[in-house]
Amino acid sequence: MARPVQYNIYGQTDVKLVKEGPEGYMGEGFFSTSLDKVVGLARKNSIWPLPFATSCCGIEFMATMGSHYDLARFGSERVGFSPRQCDLLMVMGTIAKKMAPVVKQVYLQMAEPRWVLAMGACASSGGIFDTYSVLQGIDQIIPVDVYIPGCPPRPEAVIDGIIKIQDLVGKESLRRRNSDKYKQLMDSYGIQ
Amino acid sequence: MCISPLAKANFQVKMTNDSIKQQLIEKFGDQVQNFQEPYGMLTFEAPKELNLKVLQFLYDEESMGFRFLTDLQAVHYPDNKGRELAVVYHLHNLVANVRIRFKVYTDIQTPDVFSATALFSAANWMERETYDFYGVNFVGHPNLKRILNVDELDYFPMRKEFPLEEQTRVDKDDDMFGR
Repeated sequence: MARPVQYNIYGQTDVKLVKEGPEGYMGEGFFSTSLDKVVGLARKNSIWPLPFATSCCGIEFMATMGSHYDLARFGSERVGFSPRQCDLLMVMGTIAKKMAPVVKQVYLQMAEPRWVLAMGACASSGGIFDTYSVLQGIDQIIPVDVYIPGCPPRPEAVIDGIIKIQDLVGKESLRRRNSDKYKQLMDSYGIQ
Repeated sequence: MCISPLAKANFQVKMTNDSIKQQLIEKFGDQVQNFQEPYGMLTFEAPKELNLKVLQFLYDEESMGFRFLTDLQAVHYPDNKGRELAVVYHLHNLVANVRIRFKVYTDIQTPDVFSATALFSAANWMERETYDFYGVNFVGHPNLKRILNVDELDYFPMRKEFPLEEQTRVDKDDDMFGR
């Protein structure tokens, strides 16, 4: 049985197949709204994910990309394998300490604005690998926007995480990445 | 030295644990000791200063022919004072299909053991791994540095005085995680 995640609890979800457009002024043949809403709308429905899959969570992600669950329905059809093109870093699986600099470099190679999704217990907290060789959560090296719990999470949960990311992307202020608070966040990770 | 058909025949006739043991005792006297046969596999030890001489003998001697180093690792016995670290060589005679196990023990304060890289190229990475996890200093190794763990690691994680769990965490407590 499918687990009750945000989008499949009947009557409790705010996820609709077709969402309303942003607030704005509409007349016959025109629609006016603020620029950041349009940009947010465009960004959130065309996220290019960069899969950084190291273990079983990656297999669940493949199922999510496949025809049965089909992440393409959410505008994330185009999985990119160059960090320079992608907006969303999806870290899926155990990150060993030796892999940590690689994850960080991939993150640094992505252009702003960029988002990070930590999928599964290992990427979020080290999971069962409470040991000297494993990074205890990727948030020790890069800032994370959304965590997906599970070991591994089902594809429904991955889609749930993507929808959460879409909400963040759609609502993000265009000035956020220039703010002092964001700069402080980056400084706390030693990223210029 | 190539292995002649005659030597091959010799292996088939003569290679037994007892014959190997006999030849080792003939060559090294009471330096080789503690012969055991767990699950039928001949196991013995020698002083660590002799490790290369024993390996060379096992390699060169026509009636021995142990030319394949299948495995090399260490064991930590914290209660074994003065002999805390054991370096174990697994050797295979491919012609006669006989395997033996050879151990040397060393003090953990001076974990210096001669490197077998000159004899077996396979020892290169295996000694690096053993150094990485147990801190055995292989004297004469061409490139003795960490191979699997991060370079910044400042201890040898498989030594028993170090807990297995990640020690930098503060949010995992005993109640929730059974540490």
